[in-house]
Amino acid sequence: MLTLTCPYCGVAADETELAAGGEAHLKRFGPGSTDAEFDTYMFARENPKGVHFERWRHAYGCGKWFLAARDTNTLEVFGTYPAQSSAPPQHIRDAITAKRPGWTWRDFA
Amino acid sequence: MSTRLARGGRLINRRKAVTVTFNGRNYKGFEGDTLASALLANDQMLVGRSFKYHRPRGIVASGAEEPNGLVNLGQGGGFEPNARVTTTEVFEGLTAESQNHWPSLEFDVGAINTALSRFLPAGFYYKMFLHPRSFWKHVYEPFIRQSAGLGQAPKARDQDTYEQFNAHVDVLVVGGGLAGLQAALTAGQSGLRVLLIEQSAHWGGRAAVDDPLIDGTPAEFWIKTAVQRLAALPNVRLRTRTMGAGVYDHGYALAHERLTDHAPEAGKPRHRLWRIRAGKIVTATGMIERPLSFAGNDIPGVMLASAVRDYAVDFGVSIGDRTVVVTNNDDAYRTAMVLHQAGLIVPAIIDARVQADGALVRAARDLGIRVETGRAIARVKGGKRVTGVTICAHAGEGSGLEDIACDAVAMSGGWSPVVHLWSHCGGKLIWDEGLAMFRPDATRPPTGADGAGFVFPVGGANGMLRTADVLTDAVAVGASVSGQAAGDVPVAVDSEQGAILPVWLMPQGATLKLRQKMWLDYQNDVKVSDVQLAAREGYESVEHAKRYTTLGMATDQGKLSNINGLAVLSGAINTPIPQVGTTTFRPPYTPISMGAIAGVARGDLFQPVRKTPIHGWHEASGAEFEPVGLWRRPYAFLQGHESAHEAVNREVLNVRRNVGLLDASTLGKLIVKGPDAGRFLDMLYTNVMSTLPVGKCRYGLMCNENGFLIDDGVVVRMAEDTWLCHTTTGGADRIHAHMEDWLQCEWWDWKVYVANVTEQYAQIAVVGPNARKVLEKLDGMDVTKEVLPFMTSADGTLGGIAARVFRISFSGELSYEIAVPASQGRAFWDACLAAGAEFGIQPYGTECLHVLRAEKGFIMIGDETDGTVIPQDLNLGWAISKKKSDYLGKRGQERSHMVDPKRWKLVGLETVDGSVIPDGAYAVGTGTNANGQKNTQGRVTSTYFSPTLGKGIAMGLVERGPERMGEVIPFTKGNGTTVDVRIVDQVFYDKAGAKQDG
Amino acid sequence: MADGVSVLGGVSVGGAVALRDLGLTGMVTVRGNLAGGALQAVCAGLAGVGFPGAGMATGTAAQGIAWMSPDEVMVFVAHDAAGAAVAQIDAALAGVHHLAVDVSDARALIGLSGAGARDVLAKLTPADMHPDAFRPGMFRRTRLGQVAAGIWALEDGSFAVMCFRSVADHVFATLAQSVKDGAVGHFKG
Repeated sequence: MLTLTCPYCGVAADETELAAGGEAHLKRFGPGSTDAEFDTYMFARENPKGVHFERWRHAYGCGKWFLAARDTNTLEVFGTYPAQSSAPPQHIRDAITAKRPGWTWRDFA
Repeated sequence: MSTRLARGGRLINRRKAVTVTFNGRNYKGFEGDTLASALLANDQMLVGRSFKYHRPRGIVASGAEEPNGLVNLGQGGGFEPNARVTTTEVFEGLTAESQNHWPSLEFDVGAINTALSRFLPAGFYYKMFLHPRSFWKHVYEPFIRQSAGLGQAPKARDQDTYEQFNAHVDVLVVGGGLAGLQAALTAGQSGLRVLLIEQSAHWGGRAAVDDPLIDGTPAEFWIKTAVQRLAALPNVRLRTRTMGAGVYDHGYALAHERLTDHAPEAGKPRHRLWRIRAGKIVTATGMIERPLSFAGNDIPGVMLASAVRDYAVDFGVSIGDRTVVVTNNDDAYRTAMVLHQAGLIVPAIIDARVQADGALVRAARDLGIRVETGRAIARVKGGKRVTGVTICAHAGEGSGLEDIACDAVAMSGGWSPVVHLWSHCGGKLIWDEGLAMFRPDATRPPTGADGAGFVFPVGGANGMLRTADVLTDAVAVGASVSGQAAGDVPVAVDSEQGAILPVWLMPQGATLKLRQKMWLDYQNDVKVSDVQLAAREGYESVEHAKRYTTLGMATDQGKLSNINGLAVLSGAINTPIPQVGTTTFRPPYTPISMGAIAGVARGDLFQPVRKTPIHGWHEASGAEFEPVGLWRRPYAFLQGHESAHEAVNREVLNVRRNVGLLDASTLGKLIVKGPDAGRFLDMLYTNVMSTLPVGKCRYGLMCNENGFLIDDGVVVRMAEDTWLCHTTTGGADRIHAHMEDWLQCEWWDWKVYVANVTEQYAQIAVVGPNARKVLEKLDGMDVTKEVLPFMTSADGTLGGIAARVFRISFSGELSYEIAVPASQGRAFWDACLAAGAEFGIQPYGTECLHVLRAEKGFIMIGDETDGTVIPQDLNLGWAISKKKSDYLGKRGQERSHMVDPKRWKLVGLETVDGSVIPDGAYAVGTGTNANGQKNTQGRVTSTYFSPTLGKGIAMGLVERGPERMGEVIPFTKGNGTTVDVRIVDQVFYDKAGAKQDG
Repeated sequence: MADGVSVLGGVSVGGAVALRDLGLTGMVTVRGNLAGGALQAVCAGLAGVGFPGAGMATGTAAQGIAWMSPDEVMVFVAHDAAGAAVAQIDAALAGVHHLAVDVSDARALIGLSGAGARDVLAKLTPADMHPDAFRPGMFRRTRLGQVAAGIWALEDGSFAVMCFRSVADHVFATLAQSVKDGAVGHFKG
């Protein structure tokens, strides 16, 4: 049972109070995009054993979406941050680097 | 003979006799007995039959690790199979029956399997039941089912109640032995929230049996004091009869509390499942003694040495008059001495070690007990009860040296830490060569959210054998988990112990004949020879060998057998034990009841049922309900002796001729407001909502990014910056979440707020040619077509109730949907019925609604859509804006497959003979596919009998359907035949739309 | 205008923990910039209480304000005053992006009082009901059994549970069964 702290209301929410929303930091491709771009946007997903960025919604709480950086293997949580972020904030990256030096995820490191 | 001793039994109250019934016979026990000790006190050693060979099975252990003593407990609504006699506390009137035998426990026909055992080796089922395939259904499967399972499934409804409880603690300590008590005492000093749970009814574990001196006092006294000190701490909670069942991610743990099993009491929950969120978890779960593998080690009367000692000390029960002790370590000598001191006879201690001269060994010798070192048991004699043993040299192959008459054998193969909870969430183990045990590897703990270990094994569970070490460990762990400096450690005095000799086969060179009689798993009948066979056949991974032989797969989950089994495998494949590894430890530690898992969620509370404000009226008025999501909606309102089908037909015709009343409260209602709301809705819907004039309604379609249709509904512009979006019944929460997702995660700079007001309103549809008359009778608003034309909305009052009226129609008839505050929904419904009485008003249900909309060719999300359908497939191009540069789904709909002219598209369908096409029917195409199946060219999405038209009507998706009007194609009927169906326009009724204005 | 009826019809059960339908209550969802002075002032004025911080609620379930999310509060007023309250908020926030909507009938309020109330709640919610963690004045949106609920620790030591109207009788019956099943004794005092 994961426990993630909602960065909006500060509640350490139980997994059963949250709704999972898949991979974070997707860039939307709409009309005018190439087939390859659209395909990547819709279907290409990371599947790491290790550092990963995910979308979660505090569905049974304040209703806000937030992003979580965690390790899919050890379940270590490096931090949560608002969904209004197009890239992981520096303090989250630093927290990951402290624990997983040399990590990369898509274009982030 | 096993019997009650004249004295002793620290856990029983001899002044209070209790009668229990086993297999119809009464047995006398005492308060404090377990069912096992009560039966043993009455010489009832035989308690069951093994799973495969139906071998007679006696009690082996004294705790949760017992593999044999499983009984059917109770009767009727209180019946429970596979109850463990060693952990079942007696009470007056307890009834139990043994399992897995026929016709009786004493004489079991299935025992013939034991004579056939050489034909039933490991993997027998896999090999034997493979061919011929045709035998599976009628020969093999019935046979296997007949012989499967130990206990019987309960037949009656469970009479008891169960509950759950959520606890958040800083430190959870599992196990109330010396280690757990001391760890909780130390951690408790910090003021942190500490919860200490113990699976049995007693504190102190086995310490009081062996009785070391602690702080100069007997263990029992120290335990009592420790519990008193813990109870006095305001931050510490103590629970007995509460088993730590599992440890999960991020410090989550489950515990199972047995509240009334020991003293049934009506009205109180039987079990309570604790859902615990712990900062740190201390596992003080102790150790389990291992059996030894010698021939005949499954004959009733062969027991764990510690269990023999427990029964004597705790319950005053002797297992036999003459007990041979067989061991590879010093601890079993304690059993010999306890028996000797009780006046019982220990003919010999058979010690596999060539040299044994520890303090306990010397003490036993000093008592005059015969000690044979370097010796082994070649085989045990007896059938349903031990009659003697033949001893041999442990170094040899089993040639008998001497027969010793005895009626019990106390065996000890060493001790294994209970590492289950440590391992559940990924804690790793190391093989301790010196102690011959797997114990937790402190460097590889299960890790929590902060990346640090959160489970801390302590005492026996951490591989500590001596009391002083256990207490030192407990103080250190207790301090560490609560962030304190370690305090004073109680001073403990107990005997030092000599080194153990790992013994996995006894004697070490045993012949095959002997190995075929050495049991590893007593419940599933897995023998040393089976594991060796599995290894020879290539099942070298411990996980494969487990499944091939079923070792450790019985209800005890291999608490006694796993280590011995993998050691045998290790020998067979010539690989060291640590490389062989263990099988995976999975929760629960011991079985927990299904009732506790359900908790309060049973019967009427099984699932929340969502009810509209008018639900009570529906219930009282003949409604037959259907579930729509968690809602219950009336399917039809049955009058008199009507069938549901007749009721639907009546309701449809009444709407078409007079007026009907529908409870549409379940429709989703979302308010969208803000300067960017129009722009937002233009992205969400396929058509344009920003241009909708205030007071007007527009039908809209919503797609996901894949382009597929996910919801539809009428959008109303309520004010310059405010829209009301109706969703489908099942869509309200989903679409609300969808909107929030895009607002929060993609267009977070857009100024839009959304509120879900679905339940604020009762929404009632008044539908039919007389609808306007009903509203005019209610009075309060001008609802004429001039003032309130089709697809408009107005606020006002109707019948004295504040109302918002929408002129929208899902039936083709003159129709008003009226939203009123939910608290007045029932009053408004009643007012409509009263006002409509003279106009022939009748309520109608969801099936009538479906027929009405199908007659008009309107689509229904979930019928015409299934997550792979785009609006273009449904000829809804008119509701898709061509001008907008973007909307959710637009790009997806541009993909080549989506614009393929061969896509299946919506058409109307009617059978040539007027019959109703079966639901889900497919249109048969020409030729066959690669699998030899007939090709299809379409399928039915909605099919009904239309009472209006007097024939079957349907809609379906057909390849190039709209281009094939008038064509007749075959549809499957589900019985191998087909029916001829003509492709027609999807609008069957009032194509011109003349009816909707009344 | 016809009188409305509370979905729970005024039901109550006694016992070690008393459960009570708190009846029709005016509830107004207000979304906007919660730091805004005008928003705070109009809400506080309507309920006659202070404006709550994150995770908190002020006043009572009859006259109070509960913090729902970083951009949403629920204002509790008399049932017949909700419509006017919406108008007042809209007037006070004219020109400021916000949303005020009467949701009085969308939810039910259930009162719990008695020494075992925390035990009863903790049987059903994953949220920490320990008195040190969930103190008077706190408001927690969470799960109660299988449905969403808000739990309010009132200043007088009692609790209010807020849930959706459609599941109100399910929530009440689940709470009642949990009361009937007896105390756990996990929380002292």
